[in-house]
Amino acid sequence: MIIDRALRVFYPLGFGILVLILWEISVHAFNIPPAILPAPTDIGEAMANSTGTLFADWLQTVVKGALTGMIMGALAGVAAAIAIDRSDFLKKGLLPVANFVAALPIVGVAPIMVMWFGFDWHSKAAVVVVMVFFPMLVNTLAGLQATDRMQRDLMRTYSASHGQTLAKLRLPAALPFIFNGLKICSTLALIGAIVAEYFGSPTQGMGFRISTEVGRLGIDMVWAEIAVAAVSGTVLYGIVALIERRMTFWHPSQRTGR
Amino acid sequence: MNRVVPILTVVLAIFAIWYVASFTMNRAWVMDQAARAGETPSLSEQIAGTMNQSRPVVPAPHQVAVELYDGIFDKAVTSKRSLVYHGFITLQATLWGFALGIIGGVALAILIVLSRTADLTLMPWAIISQTIPVVALAPMIVILTNALGAESLMVPKAIIAGYLSFFPVLVSMVKGLTSPDAMQLDLLRTYGATKNQVFWKLRLPASMPFFFASLKIAVAASLVGAIVGELPTGAISGLGARMLIGSQFGNPMIMWSALFAAAILAAMLIWVVGGIERVASRAMGGQSA
Repeated sequence: MIIDRALRVFYPLGFGILVLILWEISVHAFNIPPAILPAPTDIGEAMANSTGTLFADWLQTVVKGALTGMIMGALAGVAAAIAIDRSDFLKKGLLPVANFVAALPIVGVAPIMVMWFGFDWHSKAAVVVVMVFFPMLVNTLAGLQATDRMQRDLMRTYSASHGQTLAKLRLPAALPFIFNGLKICSTLALIGAIVAEYFGSPTQGMGFRISTEVGRLGIDMVWAEIAVAAVSGTVLYGIVALIERRMTFWHPSQRTGR
Repeated sequence: MNRVVPILTVVLAIFAIWYVASFTMNRAWVMDQAARAGETPSLSEQIAGTMNQSRPVVPAPHQVAVELYDGIFDKAVTSKRSLVYHGFITLQATLWGFALGIIGGVALAILIVLSRTADLTLMPWAIISQTIPVVALAPMIVILTNALGAESLMVPKAIIAGYLSFFPVLVSMVKGLTSPDAMQLDLLRTYGATKNQVFWKLRLPASMPFFFASLKIAVAASLVGAIVGELPTGAISGLGARMLIGSQFGNPMIMWSALFAAAILAAMLIWVVGGIERVASRAMGGQSA
């Protein structure tokens, strides 16, 4: 078990380090100019030299844009699903429409949101809200169907009200689906927040920094932003997965062979 | 039949809300104009004024429909203002990216299923790759492919589209290739089948339903990738570039028509891929699922 777990960390970590080393070596060996591909050490240096800028950009894009938007959109999606769930008619009508909309390229609303809400983070959060709303709605609705007859009948024999059945049985049963939606949303949120910045932003933010630094050939700074974006995305996903493990420990997919 | 009524109701409700929204959001401009001219418009005048503005906050549905019709049917397909022209550019990148995503996803899945080392090494990185916002990487992909000799923007756009679309294929194929149970694997062992034979005669056929199920998600992701790939890369043609142009010139009608053209393109792609899925599953003797 312990060896297995060590391998699980060692192999991917080793692969990552190997890629970085090969990258470093080939940049020096082939004399690749830093305007095309800087070496990882140069990128590290750029990160160390401009932590202030990177932090301000991160705050603007990830915290203000992506996180606020994701929280608002996810809450709205779950709330809408619970409301719709009461009516069979609405469910029948909205589910196919929502499924269809969820498959559309919703990032396209970014320029419209920038026009409506201005250049600051509000428009970024708005894009993220629209992007995460439909996946959350669809997943939560599917989750609320996940109980079987027997369980619901048991609640009825307890003479539980609709609210009680929802709180004690159906929402907990929907949690794996909700977390599935949240995982999808965590990657969508960052894409939405950065895309919206290409349509206009204040003079900070990751998308803004990337597009201006590309213009100034400050490619090491671009890669520094990419590294921050990559870590933020992975950590956000990881946090969702961690909360999922805590809250849905009873679900078969979370069982570990102990 | 009992599904059509609710769906139609919902769609009609959406249009109703849309009209109300475009009335209330565009009203400020009408009132402003009227105040300057020293008039007080009646309600019917207000409604008429909000439905046909050239730069509305929320264009009314029929305005979008007219703009779409104009962009799709009334312009020559070679025109730079034709939505068919821009849609075709985006479609090309989407399809190349889709092909790239299928090949990459299937190849990685086979590698991961056959080798435990590959599973331990690559699977975490495949997940991490999807948590990295691809828009941030996009300009770098353009610069790198440019340095390697690719002249058109099609190559980086296809790579970005492939980057987003390989993941659903990979996950479904891993699930599919490992779907044969112990009983089926044991049967093939009693036949004395080699590892190769097990793969070609059991694992691969068993994975096909999973493969086709993933294609719809993959093609939608690929389209998102192609559009996103046009934004930071300085593209001047394609639906994403069209949105950027509309935003820079402050022309909402261009943005709305590009958005809906993208939605129509997505619907067509999903419909075609869904059709292929049904034909394939019937050809393999599957039940309609």
